[in-house]
Amino acid sequence: MSKTVFIGSGAGFAGDRRDAGIAVVETLRRRDGPRYLIFEVMGERTLAIAQRIKMRDPEKGYSPYLEPYLRGVLAACKQHGVRIVANLGNANPLGGAKRVHELAEELGVEGLRVAVVLGDDLLAFMSAGAVAELPTIEGVSIAGREIVAANAYLGARPVAAALALDVDIVLLGRTTDAALVLGPLIHEFGWAADDWDRLAAGTLAGHLLECGGQITGGYFCDPGFKDVPGMDNLGFPIGEIDAEGDIVITKAEETGGLVNAATVTEQLLYEVHDPAAYLTPDVSLDVTGVTLEEAGPNRIRVRGARGRPPPPTLKVTVSADGGWLAESEMIYAGPNALARARLAADIVRSRCRRNGVMEAMRVEIVGMGAVFDNDASERQRRDNRPLDGEYRLRAAIRTADKETATYVNDEVLSLFCSGPAGGGGYRCSATGQVNTASVLVPRGPVEAQARAEEVVP
Amino acid sequence: MSGGGAVTLPLHAVAHGRAGDKGNRSNISLVAYRPEAFPHLVEQVTETRVLDLFRHKGATAVTRYELPNLHAFNFVIDNALEGGVNSSLSQDLHGKTLSFLLLGEIEVTLPLDCVPKGSRYL
Repeated sequence: MSKTVFIGSGAGFAGDRRDAGIAVVETLRRRDGPRYLIFEVMGERTLAIAQRIKMRDPEKGYSPYLEPYLRGVLAACKQHGVRIVANLGNANPLGGAKRVHELAEELGVEGLRVAVVLGDDLLAFMSAGAVAELPTIEGVSIAGREIVAANAYLGARPVAAALALDVDIVLLGRTTDAALVLGPLIHEFGWAADDWDRLAAGTLAGHLLECGGQITGGYFCDPGFKDVPGMDNLGFPIGEIDAEGDIVITKAEETGGLVNAATVTEQLLYEVHDPAAYLTPDVSLDVTGVTLEEAGPNRIRVRGARGRPPPPTLKVTVSADGGWLAESEMIYAGPNALARARLAADIVRSRCRRNGVMEAMRVEIVGMGAVFDNDASERQRRDNRPLDGEYRLRAAIRTADKETATYVNDEVLSLFCSGPAGGGGYRCSATGQVNTASVLVPRGPVEAQARAEEVVP
Repeated sequence: MSGGGAVTLPLHAVAHGRAGDKGNRSNISLVAYRPEAFPHLVEQVTETRVLDLFRHKGATAVTRYELPNLHAFNFVIDNALEGGVNSSLSQDLHGKTLSFLLLGEIEVTLPLDCVPKGSRYL
């Protein structure tokens, strides 16, 4: 009988529950076969933010969640042979590896072996000028702007190479999210680089598991329509994958949450564009033939992924400084609240224009359907809602300079003494922004840089 | 038509979905609760209707992908996110809430037995 590989998720984004991985490891340790725990914590902007931190302190730049996520599982994973694959390395996998060793020492975990995957940082071997000339497929224009970070999405092969070093933990920077799962599967089953259907199945398993609880009832529950039990103890997913690429999605035992065809379907299509061509460096995945079958309580069998050769280019996220986003809010409640909030909005618009604010602004009323509306508040002007109630004024603007951002926030603040009656609960923020573009780079020179190495304490 | 006459209801009564983003492009899945509803959704939830719903946000094109195995669709809506995380001024830079704009504001007419039993809409 061929072996089954068990891969659980401990986090689907930076900010996910800190304790979710503990129940996953508790289940994995009772399974027979290779077991892995993944943490996926990188968004498009993660690397730019991490790069800035690393510039200030060369020891840092790994994920701030490295310690919160690993602290609760490190000893148990080492004890039971559950290997960890995580992109907690962010902009500094080597620094992250050092921190993991320190944490292991603190926790009394002996003999822990850590490897990193390097080579995703284009600026390590290309000039910023050369990066700026790469063809853009999406996002802002990079030409003429200072580039903060440029990282290629590596595939699963370097992850498999790191696991071949016989380490307990692999820390990654930028790879595809699916590589966190496909890497271990390539390592365990030795799938060839042109075994397209199996690589597609492994990529699909990765896509299904990468968002953690989003496949077990998280971000799914709609009370009365899609009920999910025990969401305060949501069980994170575990994939069981065999050598043929058959996948069963289930979840940690003795937890809340739910795995059924509906939860799997929502995650299957999450952030997919053409379902016949989900492009990764390893394979182009086609999910149009995928079938889902119940295989027991909270168990769904997923079959039918098809693969084709991947594109000749790799996707790169390039980040540049994006100026400031200012947001400020004031709440109006009770009789005639909507009229007072509307007057407040008119005052803020009028004063900002009169005082020379030229940038696009959004001044809207939360409670009037603002989030479905546009900057011109078309729907809010058209829709009738009760004048009495609770409405929240919100102003937002993006500016190149912090002064303008702060000025707009202060116009909302000034409503306290100079605006309509009864405004309260002022909140504001002015946050530095990162703009990103996706560009394409020929894969050869980048993949030549990709490498796995062990980091010893 | 079968099953006790037709009803007109928001999509939310018969389907669920999830929104995601890539740049200024939104993708919204739409999954029929009951497979019987799928052919009616194919007929009625057209690219044009979805584009009209998102035009005020700047949407310029909609591509609908059908997944009959899963009685589901994937709608890819170009320029629907007011610039997305790079430049949107919305509270919801990623357009995560937009699945419920689709579910709430597009109405469909279909046989009663396409609606899950015990639905609040019945």
